[in-house]
Amino acid sequence: MALVSTPATLERAVPAMDNAEVLRIRNDFPILGQLVNGQRLVYLDSGATSQNPLSVIEAEQEFYEQRNAAVHRGAHYLAVEATEAFEDARQTIADFIGAGYAETVWTSNATESLNLLSYALSNAALWAAQGRGDARLKDLAVGPGDQIVVTEMEHHANLIPWQELAFRTGATLRYIPIDDAGALRLDMAAEILGSKTKVLAFTHASNVLGTINPVQELVALGRRAGALVVLDACQSAPHMPLNVKELDVDFAVFSGHKMLAPTGIGVLYGKQDLLDVLPPFLTGGSMITTVTMERAEYLPAPQRFEAGTQRISQAVALAAAANYLTETGLDRVHRWESELGQRMVAGLESIPGIRVLGPAAGQERIGLAAFHVDGVHAHDVGQFLDSRGIAVRVGHHCAQPLHRRLGLTATTRASAYLYNTTDDVDAFLEAVAGVRSYFRV
Amino acid sequence: MSLDQLYQQIILDHSKARHGSGLAGIAAPAGASMGQSHQLNPVCGDEVTLRVAVEDGKVAQISWDGEGCSISMASASVLSELAEGMTVDELHAVIGNFREVLRSRGKIHADPEILGDAAAFEGVARYAARVKCAMISWVAAEDALNQAA
Repeated sequence: MALVSTPATLERAVPAMDNAEVLRIRNDFPILGQLVNGQRLVYLDSGATSQNPLSVIEAEQEFYEQRNAAVHRGAHYLAVEATEAFEDARQTIADFIGAGYAETVWTSNATESLNLLSYALSNAALWAAQGRGDARLKDLAVGPGDQIVVTEMEHHANLIPWQELAFRTGATLRYIPIDDAGALRLDMAAEILGSKTKVLAFTHASNVLGTINPVQELVALGRRAGALVVLDACQSAPHMPLNVKELDVDFAVFSGHKMLAPTGIGVLYGKQDLLDVLPPFLTGGSMITTVTMERAEYLPAPQRFEAGTQRISQAVALAAAANYLTETGLDRVHRWESELGQRMVAGLESIPGIRVLGPAAGQERIGLAAFHVDGVHAHDVGQFLDSRGIAVRVGHHCAQPLHRRLGLTATTRASAYLYNTTDDVDAFLEAVAGVRSYFRV
Repeated sequence: MSLDQLYQQIILDHSKARHGSGLAGIAAPAGASMGQSHQLNPVCGDEVTLRVAVEDGKVAQISWDGEGCSISMASASVLSELAEGMTVDELHAVIGNFREVLRSRGKIHADPEILGDAAAFEGVARYAARVKCAMISWVAAEDALNQAA
């Protein structure tokens, strides 16, 4: 008798996201149901901060109602429950980005992650100079004559910590410029990066231009120079599948509040062998093995970088957010948001007097668009849109050097997430089309 | 509050036809004592450089350069038109009144007898994020007056 079976590999194709699904998703986000200025709220500022689904809000509430205690100490029931929730959350986030459990360090946000890393690297120089710690610290130490390389499109959070690291250590900060279309000049990157380059830090996706940077090429350039490669994943981890091992970066950072979680929680990913030798940044409780009145020995990562009582409920909530995204499917979210980004740019390009920053319609971009309205300041654009219930970001989006390079001081940015429909984008476009006539330009 | 109450006609007009705008093109009166102040709002990039010429205790001229939103540009224009001919003390008093109205979150109404065209900025007080836009040139004028004294 012939056995008829379905091969395990034959999976049903998962349908792409559509407006009907997004409308169901929106039901999970209580805040999106309200009226603003008497109009339906059109929230297009998720690039700044995202909204929380009920499952995330409930995860944090459930933690406080049933499991709250200090973690990693105390022999009582709640302490065990809290520790388990906290460390399970770490495993969830490690899985979410393809990292190891001990490679996933909690921070307050991406900004703190980058500051932690930059201080750990200058501490490496201090330790190495005094023969303290692992012998490999000599290679990691940043010092006079060394180079730190960033790009011209960085958010201030991935620029200023490196400026200050250069200041503390006597290293030189250089940057990979962009071309007029907003793409990185990889030809110049190859010239800039050399044997003196100790750190190469760049954003995965630009929070202003919407471009997705060629991580593979940049990592290859970084490797050839022998530099540590640091990825700012703030605009990618929430919106597309991310695997730090496949990308082969040494460090990656992102914030919880941009990926459906509360504020106050972020992540630093680092390769195990690097995290285990880097000196800590913040010191104090919970990160030590032995302490005498004279000195202390430190735990390995991740505890080495988690001094003091941690953001426990936020970590639990971040894990719930990651689960929400995984269940929806980040590849589907990415495709949907790319469509919304294309719709934004195509629509904006058809409105007279609008200049869109970054890639033109039809070229790859994430689900956001920053633009300049000829004759109208971004603040006025934002105010006009707000009066129609549409929330966008105005200003330099924490990227002053990028704006200066583009000859602008402030722009307006619309940024979508998995809870935005094409109707949201259309309402936004319709409103933008009315801006110049309202301000009589 | 409707958008039109914020962007009153007088504000939109002044944001286009800017009184006192252009430091280089406006010659300062000879013999006047001068003060100049540069103010920047790092949040939105609004920027104003304002120069005041004081003669015999009176504001002989206000001129300025600036970049920013319609509220900030109109506010500088209205101020420079309003201030000319006032005594230094009168202008200080008007600036104080303007600040009080704008920081009141809408609780204090603007008195056109005191503020003239600047009373049109009353609606800005209800938009906390925009108060600094309306204030920037007035803060610059206050600083410039102190330097000219």
